[in-house]
Amino acid sequence: MSTTTAGVIFVLSLAAALAAVHRPFGDYLYRVVSGTRHLKIERGLYRLVGVNPATEQSWGVYARAVLAFSAVSVLFLYAFLRLQHHLWLSLGLDPVVTHEAWNTAVSFVTNTNWQWYSGESTLGHLVQMSGLAVQNFVSAAVGIAVAVALVRGFARSRTGELGNFWVDLTRITVRVLLPISVLGAVVLMLGGVVQNLSAGTEITTLTGGSQTITGGPVASQEVIKELGTNGGGFYNVNSAHPFENPTTWTNWLEIFLLLVIPFSLPRVFGRMVGQVRQGYAIVAVMAILALASITLTNVFELSGHGTVPQAVGAAMEGKEARFDVSNSATFAAATTLTSTGAVNSFHDSYTSLGGMMPMVNMMFGEVAPGGVGAGLYGLLVLALITVFVAGLMVGRTPEYVGKKIGAREIQFASLYFLVTPVLVLIGTAAAFATGNNSTALNVGPHGLSEVLYAFTSASNNNGSAFAGITVSTPWWNTALGLCMLLGRFLPIIFVLALAGSLARQHPVPASEGTLPTHRPLFVGMVVGVTVILVALTFLPALALGPLAEGL
Amino acid sequence: MKEKDMTTSTPAPHGTADAATAGTPATQGNRAGGGLLDPGQLIRSLPDALRKLDPRTLWRTPVMLIVEIGAAFTTVLAVLDPSVFAWAITVWLWLTVLFANLAEAVAEGRGKAQAATLRRAKKDTIATRLTGWTPGAPASRYQETAVPAPDLQQGDIVLVEAGGIIPGDGDVVEGIASVDESAITGESAPVIRESGGDRSAVTGGTKVLSDRIIVKITQKPGESFIDRMISLVEGANRQKTPNEIALNILLATLTIIFLLAVVTLQPLAIFSKDFQAAAADTQAITDEGVTGIVLVSLLVCLIPTTIGALLSAIGIAGMDRLVQRNVLAMSGRAVEAAGDVNTLLLDKTGTITLGNRQAAEFLPVEGVTADEVADAAQLSSLADETPEGRSVVVLAKNEFGLREREPGFMPHATFVPFTAQTRMSGVDLTPDATGDGDTAGGARRIRKGAAASVMKWVRDLGGHPTEQVGQLVDEISGVGGTPLVVAEHLDGQPARALGVIHLKDVVKAGMRERFDEMRRMGIRTVMITGDNPRTAKAIAEEAGVDDFLAEATPEDKLALIKREQEGGRLVAMTGDGTNDAPALAQADVGVAMNTGTSAAKEAGNMVDLDSDPTKLIEIVEIGKQLLITRGALTTFSIANDIAKYFAIIPAMFAGIYPSLDALNIMRLSSPESAILSAVVFNAIVIVALIPLALRGVRYRPAAASKLLGRNLLVYGLGGIIVPFIGIKLIDLLIQFIPGIS
Repeated sequence: MSTTTAGVIFVLSLAAALAAVHRPFGDYLYRVVSGTRHLKIERGLYRLVGVNPATEQSWGVYARAVLAFSAVSVLFLYAFLRLQHHLWLSLGLDPVVTHEAWNTAVSFVTNTNWQWYSGESTLGHLVQMSGLAVQNFVSAAVGIAVAVALVRGFARSRTGELGNFWVDLTRITVRVLLPISVLGAVVLMLGGVVQNLSAGTEITTLTGGSQTITGGPVASQEVIKELGTNGGGFYNVNSAHPFENPTTWTNWLEIFLLLVIPFSLPRVFGRMVGQVRQGYAIVAVMAILALASITLTNVFELSGHGTVPQAVGAAMEGKEARFDVSNSATFAAATTLTSTGAVNSFHDSYTSLGGMMPMVNMMFGEVAPGGVGAGLYGLLVLALITVFVAGLMVGRTPEYVGKKIGAREIQFASLYFLVTPVLVLIGTAAAFATGNNSTALNVGPHGLSEVLYAFTSASNNNGSAFAGITVSTPWWNTALGLCMLLGRFLPIIFVLALAGSLARQHPVPASEGTLPTHRPLFVGMVVGVTVILVALTFLPALALGPLAEGL
Repeated sequence: MKEKDMTTSTPAPHGTADAATAGTPATQGNRAGGGLLDPGQLIRSLPDALRKLDPRTLWRTPVMLIVEIGAAFTTVLAVLDPSVFAWAITVWLWLTVLFANLAEAVAEGRGKAQAATLRRAKKDTIATRLTGWTPGAPASRYQETAVPAPDLQQGDIVLVEAGGIIPGDGDVVEGIASVDESAITGESAPVIRESGGDRSAVTGGTKVLSDRIIVKITQKPGESFIDRMISLVEGANRQKTPNEIALNILLATLTIIFLLAVVTLQPLAIFSKDFQAAAADTQAITDEGVTGIVLVSLLVCLIPTTIGALLSAIGIAGMDRLVQRNVLAMSGRAVEAAGDVNTLLLDKTGTITLGNRQAAEFLPVEGVTADEVADAAQLSSLADETPEGRSVVVLAKNEFGLREREPGFMPHATFVPFTAQTRMSGVDLTPDATGDGDTAGGARRIRKGAAASVMKWVRDLGGHPTEQVGQLVDEISGVGGTPLVVAEHLDGQPARALGVIHLKDVVKAGMRERFDEMRRMGIRTVMITGDNPRTAKAIAEEAGVDDFLAEATPEDKLALIKREQEGGRLVAMTGDGTNDAPALAQADVGVAMNTGTSAAKEAGNMVDLDSDPTKLIEIVEIGKQLLITRGALTTFSIANDIAKYFAIIPAMFAGIYPSLDALNIMRLSSPESAILSAVVFNAIVIVALIPLALRGVRYRPAAASKLLGRNLLVYGLGGIIVPFIGIKLIDLLIQFIPGIS
């Protein structure tokens, strides 16, 4: 079987599996977030925290709850990292210094999981398990909760209430993320992923040298890393490491896990607004963008444009031989299309245009299908902007699933849309203006790509690294930390404000004059708007980076 | 003679006959019209356009303000370091701003001409104020004082006599007069204004032609109808509409993004140039980065200048299109709401049907011919001056060739007028009715009227109406018609019923097609009528409306509107009476007829000077057209950017990275000509689109998905392709300018 055929089968089987699963799994998610019954363990948690699960929150209260919870998480994680030398299972490692601890704390709370460090040589097992892994769960749950709150804004009318953040957070963690993670960890262990509390085993190599084989609670962290679109690896080389991702089928499973929740959430949207076809339209937009991107990444990588790839027959630099070109390219596309940021190969070593694709995926604003929750709310905001322009063109005040898109809604959608381009562009320009780009390995267009990639990844909460750039300096840690923080929470505030304004409205009944938002024409238009807006925003920067290099 | 005229023509109430033809699909061609742009208009508006360069005026269109700041910046650069390229760019940037101002000035110019005409009507007159006047009081009880019209207060009573100008808006409280309202409506035929009822409102500046009326002033000083009209057509204090505000936010967002994309490019460009230090400096890029001229050019090309320049012109022109149709919208918000309307409430009489019921056929009972019925019906209706009665005469003439007989033609006939008690009318003929000495038939009496009354008359005179009469009556009622039974009584014989006249409402031509269009646009039409439900249903079916409200009282109407609004729907209606006022105020779009009362005009948010209820449909279309034009030009504006990137990016950077020349797919001749071509295209497209902005995008009633498909093809795909062609063409021309190529 040729590499291309294998790659195609790999992608198609993933698509088929997702197509089969997104409906029943989406229905399950829908029941989780809209049910009225509480599990015993959940009731216990509510009592412990002092929350009345029956009360509902306005958008402001919901937003404050998200921010307060995340602030406490950041502070807790920061303290954890700073004090790790006092902790159990610290493996004798030193405390993490201030700017590094700040960056990592923000990184994991914002679901970015940008890693300036090597996990195995910087963090102890306790920090990994009860610090980082906990955030892998709850930061994912926060994203889904915010998306659900936005959907409630569409689904409800004449109310100020968007649900209860604590209930959403608890249910998503307890009923969705935890059970799948336990099950997935067992499956991965069967595939060869390690799970222990070993401090490392000294062995003597064949040549007589000595090597430390690091162990750790890897499998338990691996599943939520993908499932919650987190991406922070136990090991520095992330999913390229054989203890994290040993075989082709674990590679398949990991990609499936990182795509499954984002692709199922549109179903929740469709169910909650009472028009499943609206959910299908959204999932179609995600699927079209994702398939196009995966295909292009594969094409660029397999065609091996460039001197070295042509000399050796394939663009294998920076890729694992057990995954080959195609399965690495597919992983790279999937991890950047979602806000995961786990990697199984080095994006820096990709062909110029192949390496541009992960960047473009993130520049879409992580919507195809995006991070857990974040992808859905990001795409709904884009759909709203599309509806606005399209709606005017049919001669009516634009409406989306029965809600009018007026000045207030456009204001929040615009603010949402502004955040990441502002962060990426200003961050990149600042790095060059201040000379901090000098820590990049390369000069010229590739060096520019390395810097642009770092800011794109941080601001969009992806967390994958192009690599080839040293970011453990105070400037980089601070700047990227700010990008992650603002890139996560400003959009969340705008999304919740938007939800509040939608929920207050009267629903508008659909008629022949209403723009249908479930037809292929509209789906195509959302795809077009997304691509064109991204192209217009980032083309000048891309021209001096990957395009200059690759054309 | 006068009476004959009255019997042969059926005067249409409120001039609806004209309206019916104006609204038929046959004349739809000029629906979207608003006049074409003539070059003279552009030149006349030039001084205004120059005046609008003042940044204090321009800040209201932030996109154009940025272009102006950019133009000022390049002017400084061009002065410091002159070159053909720098000056060419600078000139075209200034032209871009000027063209935008021109669009707005032209749009405003049209309104100004109208305002000037109105101002002429607003002559300051001397009013005759009556103090101490009470209804019915003799002249001795009050005093007349002459006061200048602007000094009149609300509630003042004034006397206006033939030849006088009405000094202010008000209601006639005594008298009846014919009034020339051409100053505001443009309609030269005088209208009747009388006290009481729904035709009591008069407008300041109009002229009394005959008789005298006493008017109670209802306006506040300086807030007359004409004042409001002037400020409306001039667009003086035009408020931005909700959708316009939302669109402005989106445009501002795009502008910020592009501003950022351009500004943040500089450090990247410096880094790249530094990397390829061997590359020669060009007019576009030096060691200090991209030149200021080129950065500004890129920015201006990217920000949505096309829609930014035309947005306010579109809004002004939309209002202007309404004014041209003699509709005054009190706010732009109302015009926009018209585009969103879900439910249209239409009065049956005058809107859907021609004024009154008309005779449609004569149905004889067994043993009688239709001719006989027609003859009897005609005789009985000769003196019946109601529209129904006249229609019987007309039908008898048209269908049965019965010559008209004037009442005077039969000296021995005695006409029995209709009264509310008898509920019938008719004629008593002496034996020699025609005066020709033939008395063979003896005396003959004919009656026509409501079934129950006429049947009773027949029975009282010894007759026994057959069951068939009852059947005919029921049949006619069943299809929503009104049956009139015709009976005769000859001396010495029992009376007998001859047949039944079928009176029916005549639905105006083309209404069904209009309502089908409405349905395609997603608008539900509801007919409002005082008829009973059965009649209403039949007419509703014939006219093709979606729903009807029978036996409607003003309260029912108000309740219906509230119910619709509860469901999130927007409601439009027309009205003219004082009892319509609450419903007009409640409706999202309330169009008051100019013939209506002041209360109605005050309550609605639009006034139709032609008092044509069918115009509501056109108002909806204008509202939609306004939104479509904005959406289409926004799409076009954004789609244009793609081609501009393909022109400017290779022009800027191919000097340092020759591989980027691959993006120069238009094969533009030089970096300078590429950038200049993009800037020139960007400016010219504004002028090219002024006529479209003023006229509005062509609108055909259709389902939303069809409209979107079409507009997306024209303005989306067209917006991507057109600039590629345009920029290439401009490049082919300007490459011959020395210093550019």
